[in-house]
Amino acid sequence: MTPKLVAKDVCLEYRQPRTGDRLLALDRISLSVNEGEFVSIVGPSGCGKTTFLSVVDGLLPATSGEIIVDGLRVNKPGPDRAVVFQDASLLPWRTVLRNVCYGLECIGVRAAEARERAMKFVQMVGLDGFENSYPYELSGGMQQRVNLARALVMDPKILLMDEPFAALDAQTREYMQEELLRIWEQANKTVLFITHQIDEAIFLSDRVIVFSARPGRVREHVTVDIERPRSLKLKRDPRFHALEDRIWSLIHDDALVQARS
Amino acid sequence: MNSRSIADICRDNERLIIGASAFAAFLVMWEGFSRGWWATLLAPLLGESARALAIKPIFISSPTGVAQQSWTMFAITGEIWPHIAQSGGQLVVGLGAAIVVGVPLGLAAGRYRTFSYILDPFLSALNATPQVAFLPLFVMWIGTGFWMRVLIIFLLAVIPITMNALAAVRTVDPRLLKVASSFGATELHTFRTIIAPSALPFILSGMRLAVGRSMIGIVVAELYGSATGIGIMINMAGASFDTDKVFVGVLVIVIAGLLMTEGLRAIERRFDGWRPAIGDNM
Ligand SMILES: Nc1ncnc2c1ncn2[C@@H]1O[C@H](COP(=O)(O)OP(=O)(O)OP(=O)(O)O)[C@@H](O)[C@H]1O
Ligand SMILES: [Mg+2]
Repeated sequence: MTPKLVAKDVCLEYRQPRTGDRLLALDRISLSVNEGEFVSIVGPSGCGKTTFLSVVDGLLPATSGEIIVDGLRVNKPGPDRAVVFQDASLLPWRTVLRNVCYGLECIGVRAAEARERAMKFVQMVGLDGFENSYPYELSGGMQQRVNLARALVMDPKILLMDEPFAALDAQTREYMQEELLRIWEQANKTVLFITHQIDEAIFLSDRVIVFSARPGRVREHVTVDIERPRSLKLKRDPRFHALEDRIWSLIHDDALVQARS
Repeated sequence: MNSRSIADICRDNERLIIGASAFAAFLVMWEGFSRGWWATLLAPLLGESARALAIKPIFISSPTGVAQQSWTMFAITGEIWPHIAQSGGQLVVGLGAAIVVGVPLGLAAGRYRTFSYILDPFLSALNATPQVAFLPLFVMWIGTGFWMRVLIIFLLAVIPITMNALAAVRTVDPRLLKVASSFGATELHTFRTIIAPSALPFILSGMRLAVGRSMIGIVVAELYGSATGIGIMINMAGASFDTDKVFVGVLVIVIAGLLMTEGLRAIERRFDGWRPAIGDNM
């Protein structure tokens, strides 16, 4: 199978503009994601997951190394990728519906058609009746669902999701996880999914990539060899627990090493 | 049934009622000084020194005097209209040019670092000097006509407008800019959908400052070789101790300033409907 997305030795160094200090956030990240694969990234807070996603999207240029999508080097964002940002980052002066339309507008979809398409996704994330509300009138979890709809409506080949469900309650989270799997299976999307919840990563993914603490490095690939479709019952399966333990100890060891040094 | 009590009506219009009462009290005080009411009233208490409370109308005029003079100048002789037309024309051209030049300049400097390095020294230097100090230079360059006065108004107004537009861009939430570039928004689209809406309140408050400063510009600039205009009218009336007339001129400026400021507020409200009102009951 041809890889859809390849990261080759990606390094990223942040420079503090005032002090000139350099901070290495990503250290030679190499990985590849196949077409239609669902890959999660887990790792301690501050290890560079968001940074890596920004590089993949083309928002941040890698200090060295490269990102290749469909054989072409990424140097700027494109309509084949869409990001669900970690902070909802909604335009406060736009209603829910017009926020969801934003990306379509940017690629020149006519207003009427954009609204129609956006409305479907507003409904999908369970916000009918709120399409004319402003973000300040929504709860954090609802704002996050608008953020999700805004990316999904673009129908991108590659979805880049940065802890999209972190602000949701347990029930909504499980509902959204199943919706996401449904879209992913139907539309043959490639997903790069960041999360802090190990069980969420296992439940959703074909493969979980564990990042080490800063500077972010790929520590291990854990393949989730569990058949699909998966039901929520899976979370009580012994295979599930074994994977959970393994990933947990990988992150935990790393956190200990970090704490000692 | 409509059962709003007087107390309710008072509470709902609190701002209007208190504001209007304070203003009315001020007018009565003023009238009282110029007519010697307070001197007479307080004479038993203060004795001789109460006489200081009667001030000659030639110094402070009086509300009724100003009202009468206004009526004469607006309705009977109509002599004020040419002054208003002259000053108004200068104001519109000067302030309009300041907006047309200042807003794009400030936005560009806020957005493009290199451009701000070019603009910053000029802006800081201009801001640090009293701009009316340039007046003699302008007179030397282009004489004392209409355009000299437009130029000084422009110079006074363009500084707060540019500075506020510049600062406004710097306050735009970087996460929203990231959203725009992630979706491949063009630079123009980013300006329209992200930068303009978040910068608008700052730009409008820059314009409000500019309105006040252009009024200074009018009064000062008309001192140079002008025959008509509110500024010169005030000046000449003052020189001939025609205090009522001075106040009529001042009143015209105050009202023009208020109208423009309120107009800008209305624009702000029109575009800021999304913002939760401060103190709104949640
Ligand atoms: N704009 C920036 N400028 C300088 N340093 C930054 C910037 N953004 C992030 N960093 C640093 O880079 C490192 C990685 O940040 P990043 O946001 O990618 O972490 P993360 O893995 O997404 O963490 P979390 O799980 O808490 O979201 C952090 O140590 C952070 O301090
Ligand atoms: Mg993050």
